[in-house]
Amino acid sequence: MSRGRYGIHGGQYVPETLMNELIKLEKAYEFYKQDEEFNRELQTLLKEYAGRPSLLYYAEKMTKDLGGAKIYLKREDLNHTGSHKINNVLGQILLAKKMGKTRVIAETGAGQHGVATATAAALMGMECEIFMGKEDTDRQALNVYRMELLGAKVHPVMTGTQTLKDAVNEAMREWTARVDDTLYVLGSVMGPHPFPMIVRDFQSVISREAREQILLKEGKLPSAVVACVGGGSNAMGTFYHFIPDEGVRLIGCEAAGHGVHTDKNAATIANGTLGVFHGMKSYFCQNEYGQIAPVYSISAGLDYPGIGPEHAYLHDIGRAEYVPVTDEEAVEAFEYLARTEGIICAIESAHAVAHVRKIAPSMKPDESIIVCLSGRGDKDVAAIARYRGVDIHE
Amino acid sequence: MNRIRKAFENGKAFIGFLTGGDPNIECSEEFIGKMIEAGCDLVEIGIPFSDPIAEGPVIQGADLRALAAGTTTDDIFSLASKVRARYEDTALVVMTYLNPVYKYGYDRFFENCKKSGIDGIIVPDMPFEEKGEIQEIARKNDIAVISMIAPTSEERIRAIAEDADPNGFLYIVSSMGVTGMRSEIKTDLASIMQAVRSATDIPAAIGFGINTPEQAAKMARLADGVIVGSAIVRLAEQYGEKAGDAIFEYVKSMKKKMI
Repeated sequence: MSRGRYGIHGGQYVPETLMNELIKLEKAYEFYKQDEEFNRELQTLLKEYAGRPSLLYYAEKMTKDLGGAKIYLKREDLNHTGSHKINNVLGQILLAKKMGKTRVIAETGAGQHGVATATAAALMGMECEIFMGKEDTDRQALNVYRMELLGAKVHPVMTGTQTLKDAVNEAMREWTARVDDTLYVLGSVMGPHPFPMIVRDFQSVISREAREQILLKEGKLPSAVVACVGGGSNAMGTFYHFIPDEGVRLIGCEAAGHGVHTDKNAATIANGTLGVFHGMKSYFCQNEYGQIAPVYSISAGLDYPGIGPEHAYLHDIGRAEYVPVTDEEAVEAFEYLARTEGIICAIESAHAVAHVRKIAPSMKPDESIIVCLSGRGDKDVAAIARYRGVDIHE
Repeated sequence: MNRIRKAFENGKAFIGFLTGGDPNIECSEEFIGKMIEAGCDLVEIGIPFSDPIAEGPVIQGADLRALAAGTTTDDIFSLASKVRARYEDTALVVMTYLNPVYKYGYDRFFENCKKSGIDGIIVPDMPFEEKGEIQEIARKNDIAVISMIAPTSEERIRAIAEDADPNGFLYIVSSMGVTGMRSEIKTDLASIMQAVRSATDIPAAIGFGINTPEQAAKMARLADGVIVGSAIVRLAEQYGEKAGDAIFEYVKSMKKKMI
């Protein structure tokens, strides 16, 4: 079996054309990971440009309102570009530059990863092309314009379901056509090895900070850590340094759309089965013949039919739990957090907030929960208004 | 001698591909017949997949049409059985992505391949490192696993070629990127072929991008066979159910130039 395994999951299921490039990428990463200068540059970028460390904010009003565990919000929404995606992108594009690449390509769902990639590419002087499902370019038109402002070329993907999965297909196809000068900056803990490892490592800054911060504030570890899961990058980053802490529950919130028992959801752990797709073995929403299912979520960022291989493994061994959260619950949580704490979070992150609202009341006041606010919600305001039947002119 | 190796005994081999079930499974049976009658030495049948990441727009379109027509993996097995009943000696190979095979169940998939008279399998998203997934089960059922070599393979060529299934052939990917017709093939295929020849005696065929008889002639001088997919699928797209004659004429014109 190949490298990059998490139990039976992971691997490198890609066309031969990409194999040498993946091997080169892994070698470069293993080298620069240990390189002092690389780490110094990355730390400077994270601190001076992205605004790290991100705050661990005690949501006092929400805590009182729910009447149980203390709730802390890990504020990735306050990073430059408004989400956790910048953590990974700064690392990968700096790595690409060290490898002598001059061009980066990326997929994007909601546009968060696309905007982050375009931002870092502008900063580091790289050519940048973003692949985004046609349906998502319509849902997130402002983010398309943002990427263009940042100098990126955005390709609307017209194939398949015209969402995130198709954007990944198209970015992979583009990469097989041009590997010499190009790095595919994958946005989540998915795809072929070494991507799940690289993205997890760059995102693990979230839990490294959060663990220190909670110990300072509470003097003990939290009872639970909660994050939303599409491909799973913010969740993996939020879980990672807590994995050895057995007393800490790790909870990933999947997009259940209209409900896990309807045909309109993207809840991979709830409904998926083992498969091999997008370069990895993991769980996927698919039919009995292995055709990848069209999935649905109100959140373009969670609208993905698979889940990263390390999450699949954490699920298999029972270290992490994955729970479904519907559109309606997420929208209610989106509104709740805005009203209660004055924070408009991304609809993706609202899935995690929704689950916290369910579990916090039955927990003790001396317990705490960390929930990752993976992004800010400006991009979602119009969609939420539409969902509520409010007619606003953008 | 097995049917795949025999396909390379009739001069340079013409290997024709079509997506099973495009526009429907009955037409696929007719089109394959036309290809064989026109001199196709080995037929590659694509099992349609929802997300074929190694395919260009032409074959992607065929996969979607085939799936929309309700084509399943079982339909491809019955298609292969029918073709096998009519053409005892022509080599049949299936091409698909790993997920449809994995989800079907490796044991059941390869047993059905054998029962349907299929001789080999090509899985474009299963590189050398991952072939352990199916190698043993395929061998147990006498299905050859066809290995691929790409323009970027470089020092990997030797390992891939030496380890390739001796009952199959080597699939040399002519160009970077996905399948689809190209006006020009720029890869230094002569050096790749030299590296292949120094590692193995297994026949090697070149595919990706080839669509004109002139290209076929040129590639046939370098390798033991030529693989043509998108150009045939394009005819099925253009003429739909009536594509049979166009496919026949096209395959004939290609095979004629390959000496």
